[in-house]
Amino acid sequence: MADALHLDAVGQKQQHSKAKRIVLEIFAIILMLVVLSPFVIVLFNSAKTFDHITRDPVSPPENWENLRINIEAVMHDPTTDFIGAFKDSAIITALSLVVIVIFSSMAAWVLVRNKSKFSNFTFMLFVAAMVIPFQVVMYPLVYFLKSVGDFLGTRMLGTYHGIIFAYLGFGCSLSIFVFHGFIKSIPLALEESAFIDGCSQPGVFFKIILPLLVPTITTVAILNGIWIWNDYLLPLLVLGGNGEVQTIPLAVTAFAGAYVKQWNLIMTAALLAMVPIVVLFIFAQKYIIRGMVEGAVK
Amino acid sequence: MKRSKVWDAIFLAPCIIALIMVVLIPFVQGVSFSLTDWNGVRSEIHYVGFDNYKEMFNSIEFLYSFRITLLYTLINVIMVNIVAFLLALLVTSRVRGKNLYRAAFFVPNLIGGIVLGYTWQFMFNDFFTAIGKSLGIGWMSSSMIANKNLVLLAMSIVNTWQYAGYIMLIFVAGIQSTSQEVMEAATVDGASYIQRVIKILIPMIASSFTISLFLTITNSFKAFDLNVALTNGGPSMRYMGSVVKSSQLLALTIYNKSITSKELAKGQALSVVFFLMLVVFSLLQVYLSKKREVEA
Repeated sequence: MADALHLDAVGQKQQHSKAKRIVLEIFAIILMLVVLSPFVIVLFNSAKTFDHITRDPVSPPENWENLRINIEAVMHDPTTDFIGAFKDSAIITALSLVVIVIFSSMAAWVLVRNKSKFSNFTFMLFVAAMVIPFQVVMYPLVYFLKSVGDFLGTRMLGTYHGIIFAYLGFGCSLSIFVFHGFIKSIPLALEESAFIDGCSQPGVFFKIILPLLVPTITTVAILNGIWIWNDYLLPLLVLGGNGEVQTIPLAVTAFAGAYVKQWNLIMTAALLAMVPIVVLFIFAQKYIIRGMVEGAVK
Repeated sequence: MKRSKVWDAIFLAPCIIALIMVVLIPFVQGVSFSLTDWNGVRSEIHYVGFDNYKEMFNSIEFLYSFRITLLYTLINVIMVNIVAFLLALLVTSRVRGKNLYRAAFFVPNLIGGIVLGYTWQFMFNDFFTAIGKSLGIGWMSSSMIANKNLVLLAMSIVNTWQYAGYIMLIFVAGIQSTSQEVMEAATVDGASYIQRVIKILIPMIASSFTISLFLTITNSFKAFDLNVALTNGGPSMRYMGSVVKSSQLLALTIYNKSITSKELAKGQALSVVFFLMLVVFSLLQVYLSKKREVEA
């Protein structure tokens, strides 16, 4: 009898907590829809004619065929080369990441293993440089890169190598910091035995250390990749607003400037800019979320 | 074979050269330009000492921009951290499909400020006003970003929408690293959910709050992309007898001074002050986290 009563009470409590969970889940779903709604609004309005969007920016599109028409209009726009901007953004982001990952891990390794006052000082310098906001250096940087280019007989402004070099300078501090933290935990014995076996210093780094760094490399690549892909001010100054090399944020700004109030086309441009990174996120979600958290907590 | 100084130097060189050329030399130049009257184009330069700084602290445009940047930072720190913490509680509760919600709340972070700025400009100017007009809701019929009293709040809403999902992840990492036993023991002792969160969970994840607080402070204080694409500083208003742009935050003020209106030296002076304030924030953060480590 007492047992039955007890079971009844447990059952009620479970039912009660199940009801609570379902209320919480409904709330979570509604919240998710609210957070994602701007993306739906962009999609809907990318599939409208200029006439329709001006008349009614709220309701769903009447004819999805307009999405294709708008995408083609944006892609083949005579003033802004969107396809070129996609290509340039991909090249600049990918090459900057390769350069940042390789050079920062190399530097961090030396700074961890070569224990000297110079190493400490250099490491502190990299960390301290993180505080400098871009606004202080933006104009002098452009001015200085221009004269460096003249001196070396190559153009540093408006070129791939110029902006990639700039991204190495701004990206290496945080990357060295993240690599430094991880390399400290690698046992020294591992490299010492390789040295004894006659392996050269670059050999030790590329054959033994670099493979161990793969998880950290993902973190560094994600942190820098999201920043570089979306960055606006550095490309604006180093590449110029209407130079030969253009990134997506520059193209979107140029496009929005040229098609004031033609919101159906501006929304299509925004949609095209969003698609690659969202697709990437869907496939690499786990790594991206982990990378962003590790980068912040360190 | 042993480690050699030559290889060490070769390994360090690319990053050190890049840092010196891209950050350190321009930084020194930037600070020295702030002591001149250079406009960035002309060939003559004169040393003017701290004149640009003196002028800046008497400039209503600067004082206004400084004030709203602090206000914007404050609003964001409060809104982002509260929303992010509540989201973190939700996605660490017993709901099914937590990973889906986590991912969904994080998505706005992937998109750059420029693209989001134009998207939300459309939302505020056309989308919400169209809803307001068709439902006959007066306050919703006019755009928030065209109203000098609401524009900062509008920017903060967008920033919270974008950034809370990221800060949420930091809280989630903190919550997951705490032991469930303490919370369960408190449940057995009859503590209510709210008591458990305030008295036990929040103190346990205090270090996550330090990180989140400073990330939000620097992120809002340095805001630029969203500012450019959403409002570009507008609308204009009168402030202490001068015309100012009601939503022009410091980073955009520096850009407009240095690049757009070709008053480089004045923009540089402003940027140096901007830098010094960021140094203060960073030192404060280092001090607080060191203090916590000692206590722990």
